[in-house]
Amino acid sequence: MLDETALEQEFQARIDADDRIEPRDWMPEGYRKTLVRQMAQHAHSEIIGMQPEGNWITRAPSLRRKAILLAKVQDEAGHGLYLYSAAETLGADRDELLDLLHTGRQKYSTIFNYPTVTWADVAAIGWLVDGAAIMNQVPLTRCSYGPYARAMIRVCKEESFHQRQGFEAMTVLANGTPAQRRMAQDALDRWWWPSLMMFGPNDDASPNSAQSMRWGIKRFSNDELRQRFVDSTVPQAEFLGLTVPDPDLRWDEESGHYVFGEIDWDEFFTVMRGDGPCNRQRLQRRVQAHEDGAWVREAAAAYAARSAARRDAA
Amino acid sequence: MSEFRAEGGHGAVPTSGVPADGGGRAGSQPLWEVFVRSRRGLSHTHVGSLHAPDAHMALRNARDLYTRRQEGVSIWVVRASDVVASSPDEKDAFFDPAGDKPYRHPTFYEVPEGVKNL
Repeated sequence: MLDETALEQEFQARIDADDRIEPRDWMPEGYRKTLVRQMAQHAHSEIIGMQPEGNWITRAPSLRRKAILLAKVQDEAGHGLYLYSAAETLGADRDELLDLLHTGRQKYSTIFNYPTVTWADVAAIGWLVDGAAIMNQVPLTRCSYGPYARAMIRVCKEESFHQRQGFEAMTVLANGTPAQRRMAQDALDRWWWPSLMMFGPNDDASPNSAQSMRWGIKRFSNDELRQRFVDSTVPQAEFLGLTVPDPDLRWDEESGHYVFGEIDWDEFFTVMRGDGPCNRQRLQRRVQAHEDGAWVREAAAAYAARSAARRDAA
Repeated sequence: MSEFRAEGGHGAVPTSGVPADGGGRAGSQPLWEVFVRSRRGLSHTHVGSLHAPDAHMALRNARDLYTRRQEGVSIWVVRASDVVASSPDEKDAFFDPAGDKPYRHPTFYEVPEGVKNL
């Protein structure tokens, strides 16, 4: 039997060689815990993320938009399920993970605690929120943990449809009537900063990121990913003829990047603590949906038990 | 201050003060491994897993979860508890017998100059 140090060296060597870790391999307890927490909270974000957009399914402006939105919200449910299933490869239990979400002990992304007050918000979510999610998620397709990486490949393929449909809807509004234009600008004004917050606090406030990088779970820092998002999104806003709500935003020729203003971290922490515009509503809706579905789960279990008993008797 | 990272994929979530377990309880519905044949001529490939009360529901759920974009023409579901797997602990001993038999590969043999179609 190898001792712990030798196992750890073998594990790290595998990661350094850009090889993957698979479920039944030896792994440090910290690695396992980090991944279970990360995959679970990622899954929670996906299923809570169904709510802000689900809010508009019945009021989508056309049948085409409604069909697209339905498909997108169904995808978010699917992404949650891929991720819960990946978390379970490390011994986590599905029901228990849902409990942790429902009791507020595990969290989901702050972005879903903002309301979708107009149709343009649905467009802005696809364009900005899914755009930011893609920046975060693409590097995860090369994450050291095999099942997580494989789930993310699936997610990323579907996510690009989400971003494009959002940008398309935004384009229609931006080229529409003055009222539609104002609606598009208003959505950008409200979603821009929360989207930048999605990448998490600045690197100097993220002391534990280094460990995740050594483990091949995280590949780029919060600030690197945020910069990438700003650099690719500002020209898109310009194409739309909309104004990014940041007076400090400017192109810096020397660095080849956009320079942007300070993020209001107080707002971020307020929303994270539970005092965002929709925190209580989102969690309450999730718990209620779960409780309302109890009879379906019970009926399915009873049917399965009865069919099994009949098969055994036959 | 608690640390936050964008590890939620969809945005920053806290990484400290959050329980990272969630094991040790038997799930209410069994877990099924899903295999999809992406098109005729290819074999079924493992794509992930899901929970369902019985095989019939597992197949339907697998269709909704793993083939929303015509990714498959056939699906297998297998109860995860029925899968028998080799143990990673015995990996070396288990696969060793193949390690010292290079003569099983055609490259082991030298083909004389000028000999063709071999």
